Amino acid sequence: MKKFATLLIAGMTLFGGAALAEEGATPAKGINYSFEGPFGTFDRAQLQRGYKVYKEVCSNCHSMKLLSFRNLADKGGPSFTVEQVKALAASFTIHDGPDTKGDMFDRPGLASDVFPSPYANPEAAAAANGAVPPDLTLITKAREGWHGTFNQLWNGIGGPQYVYSLLTGYAEPSAELEKEKPEGKYYNPYFQAGSWISMPPPLADGLVTFDDGAPNNVEDMAKDVTAFLAWTAEPKMEERKQTGFEVLIYLAVLAGLLYFVKKKTWANVSH
Amino acid sequence: MSGPNKYQPTSAFGKWFHERLPIVGFAKDHMLDFPTPKNLNYWYTFGGILAVMLVVQIITGIVLVMHYTPQTDLAFNSVEHIMRDVNYGWLLRYMHMNGASMFFIAVYIHMFRGMYYGSYKAPREVLWMLGVIIYLVMMATAFMGYVLPWGQMSFWGAKVITNLFSAIPFVGDSVTTWLWGGYSVDNPTLNRFFSLHYLLPFVLAALVALHIWALHVPGNTNPTGINIKGPQDTVPFHPYYTMKDAFAIVVFFMFYALFVFYGPNYMGDAVNYVPANPLVTPAHIKPEWYYLPFYAILRSVPDKLLGVIAMFSSILILLALPWLDTSKVRSGNYRPIFKGFFVVFAIVCVALGFIGSKPPEGSYVIWGRILTAYYFIHFLVILPLLGLLETPNPLPASIADDVLAKKKPMMLAPAE
Ligand code: HEC
Ligand code: HEM
Repeated sequence: MKKFATLLIAGMTLFGGAALAEEGATPAKGINYSFEGPFGTFDRAQLQRGYKVYKEVCSNCHSMKLLSFRNLADKGGPSFTVEQVKALAASFTIHDGPDTKGDMFDRPGLASDVFPSPYANPEAAAAANGAVPPDLTLITKAREGWHGTFNQLWNGIGGPQYVYSLLTGYAEPSAELEKEKPEGKYYNPYFQAGSWISMPPPLADGLVTFDDGAPNNVEDMAKDVTAFLAWTAEPKMEERKQTGFEVLIYLAVLAGLLYFVKKKTWANVSH
Repeated sequence: MSGPNKYQPTSAFGKWFHERLPIVGFAKDHMLDFPTPKNLNYWYTFGGILAVMLVVQIITGIVLVMHYTPQTDLAFNSVEHIMRDVNYGWLLRYMHMNGASMFFIAVYIHMFRGMYYGSYKAPREVLWMLGVIIYLVMMATAFMGYVLPWGQMSFWGAKVITNLFSAIPFVGDSVTTWLWGGYSVDNPTLNRFFSLHYLLPFVLAALVALHIWALHVPGNTNPTGINIKGPQDTVPFHPYYTMKDAFAIVVFFMFYALFVFYGPNYMGDAVNYVPANPLVTPAHIKPEWYYLPFYAILRSVPDKLLGVIAMFSSILILLALPWLDTSKVRSGNYRPIFKGFFVVFAIVCVALGFIGSKPPEGSYVIWGRILTAYYFIHFLVILPLLGLLETPNPLPASIADDVLAKKKPMMLAPAE
């Protein structure tokens, strides 16, 4: 039956190969991040810079509903200090209430608050932007950079690369395409829903200045902010890979021991 | 294999208890002493792997429910709460999510093992049919589980699949409304799917008990397909197969762990990280990978009702397999022509899965139809005819003989 398994795998590879070449939108740019691969970790300084880009640029339009300020100090994240997080949170205004008199009020953010949304509801967001800017917490897990069964197995799903390509992928449409330009939309061949996006190019060279003096071209900022968004989508990634390594070692040793026990058990039976 | 218990309790309490409830003796007979053919290969370890995976799914599932909220406005966020705030919640959720895929990988190997070695043939027809029912219940369980996180694919998957029932003549629309508990997939649908998703794994556990009961009446088959002739053909289940199965399970867990820890979202669909939105249809609605061959069959038939019938028949036809295969020889090892058709059939199933993952356009439609036709031809034409036309190779006299014969020529030429 071994032979059949080989044949079956060969057959699957053939079909998987066919699956590589497919689907419409331009595949994302295959840039590399520090957090890829079985031992990859987040680059703290990059996450902190990415946070700054999010705060100064993206948060004007996009919400981040699943993240609390306190998470910014969590292990495996941007590792802001607790003091920094308190200060960060206080720079946001939170609409809270009702108080004892039944009135709503504004107050500075606390570490325990979730990130406030820029718009009161999706309708307001759509009215202001032509389309709803999606919540960004999970965006790098909710998009694929490329397709194909084997492509994704080796290269990952490419969510961060998709967002990176979107941010850096604005282009002048050809004269041909220009004619079909919908009102208030921008040409971006990486956009999954068809090349015309309602988001104006959010980044421009030098838009955000980093405290560590890191370069701030569009590509650099895009890379930093997408690394940050990869962390918001998967805040337990480092813990996961670390645990996985320990679990695999444990299982490998156990499998080895069991193999010899099994061998010894069967030693005197011909089978 | 029942008969009188050979178990003799040693302690006074043991004796007292045994006379009132002989459960220890029962367990000893069925889990320790059970005579098992000594030539089972690793393809036979997947039954044990399946049993362990069922337990893994039940345990992780029960803990997940402690933190999950089955309400359309809260479900998505409660799953993210598990991923972010619950201690090791990410581990539980990824284990459960990938566990479902692993369960299906194991069940497919287990079923193809059965098809190759003719495990469904007399006297194991009921055992096989119980297996098919287990498989159906597994599919229903996984489908309803996938709806619970209430992402885009949860919602649209539920919508597409429940909509299939509207193809039933006359009462179709009433049936779908009844299934939904309203006029569309909504909170009542989520609630009932949650209830059933919690219930069905326990139904599965009961079915597995019946399955093993039915297994222990005739005992296992084996790669030669010939019956056990005497004690020289068997070994007690423990320690021989407990150790072999334990080793296989741990190796399987390593494979499982690779996905849980290093590619937890590989088997899933990215779109399911977008909260369900009844107003926005995703570009490609496709079910989880383990349903894709059947999804391909469904879409290969141009008529909706006939498509649904074809899809359900493609699974239910397995119930008739013991009678469709006319060959007197059980194991595929001794059926030279069957072997080739078996491989072709396996590749056709994988290819159907590939077609199921593609939009139904162009050459995919044509290939889908050819492969669907072949799927049914395999069962309805090839297997019945093959049993009558094929000349099987000579069978060994007994399991023990076969084992001894294999030992010697092994030195000269690598065995098949
Ligand atoms: C001026 C408001 C605005 C700003 C600032 C902005 N966006 Fe957007 N963004 C939008 C809108 C509107 C959409 C929806 C586009 C559509 O659906 O056509 C969007 C969509 C997106 C999408 C989803 C694309 C898809 O595949 O559906 C991503 C990712 C994104 N923005 C990332 C960012 C990032 C990262 C930043 C900060 C660097 C940012 N945006 C800044 C308005 C904005
Ligand atoms: C929850 C799912 C299932 C569990 C836990 C399970 C468990 C088991 C176990 C423990 C065995 C004995 C070991 C072995 O031979 O592999 C077995 C045997 C068997 N199973 Fe399953 N099974 C499941 C699903 C299925 C399905 C879906 C089918 C077929 C459609 C099936 C068909 C069989 C057959 C025919 C045998 C007898 C094998 C032989 O001795 O040749 N099982 N099962």
